[in-house]
Amino acid sequence: MTAPVLEVSGLRVAFAHPRGLVRAVDDVSFTLAPGERFGLAGESGSGKSTLALSILRMIKPPGRIEGGEVRFLGKPVAALDEEGIRQLRLAGIALVPQGSMNSLNPVLRIGAQIADAFADHGLRLGRREADERITALLAEVGLPTSVARMYPHELSGGMKQRACIAIAICLRPKVIIADEPTSALDVVVQRQVMATLARVQQDLGAAVILVGHDIGLMAQFVDRLGVMYAGRLVEVAPIGDIIARPRHPYTRALIAALPSLERRGALTGIPGLAPSLLDLPEGCAFHPRCALATARCRGERPAVRQIGGAAVACHLA
Amino acid sequence: MSALIEAVALEKRYPGGLGREGTLALAGLSLAIDADRPQIIAVVGESGSGKTTLARLLLGLAEPSSGEVLYRGVDLRRLGRGERLAFRRDVQAVFQDPYGVYNPFYRVDHVLWTPIRRFRLARSRAAARELIDAALRAVGLRPEEILGRFPHQLSGGQRQRVMVARALLLRPKLIVADEPVSMVDASLRATILGSLRQLRDEHGISVLYITHDLATAYQVSDAILVLYRAHVVEAGAIEPVVSAPQHPYTQLLISAIPRAEAARSWLADEEETRRPQHAPDGAGCCFAERCKLAMPACLAAPPGLYRTEPGRVVACVQYRDRPTLPAGALGETLSLEFDGGTAARAAVQGE
Repeated sequence: MTAPVLEVSGLRVAFAHPRGLVRAVDDVSFTLAPGERFGLAGESGSGKSTLALSILRMIKPPGRIEGGEVRFLGKPVAALDEEGIRQLRLAGIALVPQGSMNSLNPVLRIGAQIADAFADHGLRLGRREADERITALLAEVGLPTSVARMYPHELSGGMKQRACIAIAICLRPKVIIADEPTSALDVVVQRQVMATLARVQQDLGAAVILVGHDIGLMAQFVDRLGVMYAGRLVEVAPIGDIIARPRHPYTRALIAALPSLERRGALTGIPGLAPSLLDLPEGCAFHPRCALATARCRGERPAVRQIGGAAVACHLA
Repeated sequence: MSALIEAVALEKRYPGGLGREGTLALAGLSLAIDADRPQIIAVVGESGSGKTTLARLLLGLAEPSSGEVLYRGVDLRRLGRGERLAFRRDVQAVFQDPYGVYNPFYRVDHVLWTPIRRFRLARSRAAARELIDAALRAVGLRPEEILGRFPHQLSGGQRQRVMVARALLLRPKLIVADEPVSMVDASLRATILGSLRQLRDEHGISVLYITHDLATAYQVSDAILVLYRAHVVEAGAIEPVVSAPQHPYTQLLISAIPRAEAARSWLADEEETRRPQHAPDGAGCCFAERCKLAMPACLAAPPGLYRTEPGRVVACVQYRDRPTLPAGALGETLSLEFDGGTAARAAVQGE
């Protein structure tokens, strides 16, 4: 088996809040193989975006990485100095943050924004060479060369998102973390952008962490899926297994919450509300919303167990 | 009998600046929403298709370039004071962007208290607070976690649910909901959309559900209008349109939905839809440049709205042997009528 490109073990992130400590990421472990597509799914507030940010040590106060370790190509990220982590970002692990298409600089042409990324990472390129690389990058994400001379407002949402992917891959990273890259796009454009991401990822041989809540998108894109609930990974398994046989009741509920195109009126939400991280229930955090909950679920927090190819944190799995 | 809201040959053109051609945002759309028969009508299309323009016109927030919007038979631009107040109460809006609607200097409570005061919904503060709590709970929020906070302290999903709660407070006849769940999780989406259905069934409120998400539209709606670049390309009862789409654009929309199945053909199928196949020149069918089936006739002239079966119209030349909806002076007139909320029948209204 090849060495993982990324290893996350026992990662804990907490935010200081006037009413106590909010554990947004609680004891999360997973590995990412080179070229693998890994999905992180869960409701808003489940900690999936925080987890993505903490891999790059991008948690800002009052947030703090409390424990655990992230290793990139075998080396702990925590050991890097400021310059080292700056180089890791973009060149090693690129993040396409949530709503990134709205974070393009509105007064800078797309080409200049890509050139910025080169310059910022110490690449001294001549004008000709920079132009050539920008053209190649735009072609890679399926945008015409003319986009380099355009401002963000001249682009459609899908084109902006592709421009963001172009920036993300400009230093050929080993890992691309994409946080809900298509949540603001309609389905036809979403599929175009995801196909672009898949192609780029294959050309680069990079691994992808796709963060999102659309299980349909996960089913069609990722190889393996991690399901987060209240800051913890409650199930990790190959996507085919999860779709065919979800083991955690929360995973089942997430899949059932997806609107079906075959049966009308089959739309079922997940009963109850996601718990407040300030006031997590005793035992399994999902037990108040779980139809199968037993006394044990109410009292004892389930540890992650290996069942077949899956890792599941449920007493009943 | 006059409809609660009726759009008659509604057209909106935004002027171009500095010698640029204007943009046609909506081309001659007609639609009637009946107060007596609550229904959920989905308006589906990609960004730029004219969905939001339709919402703004129906709400009286934008003026049509031609055609008119009638509230109980009266043009919105000619409503009297009392009629206008009644219109503002009967027709509520939930917008796409849950950021822009809040004044960042006020606590979120402000958007809930304002309609209560403006429309005198409660006799006492306690009664008002009860109304607010119930409305918040109905959309899956905990009042104690929402009230007293500032907009920036809430997530986009929470902010949006507060807006749905605000609309609920007024017990309107029609809610125009423009992408109400596009920023909300799949799990909560079901909850909110379920409450839309509840509004229709228990409170007799109609909903114009504007969305790019055909899957949720299918789950909650009775009827659907598919828009593409300002034009209605397909309309009718939800079940036949989604289970057997007839317009190539509707077919594309449905095939582009990622499904939670083991079969993974979604990305592979993308290839063929990427490149425009015909240069757009504005003369023919609005979808011709992206259509796999496009033929010379598609580029020559825009198709009519053909009635392919009862309760179903499609704007595609494939169906040109079917009866055409007679065009009114300014475009096609389409009215969706419903029997018992499920069986649908499209009736033609002559101009």
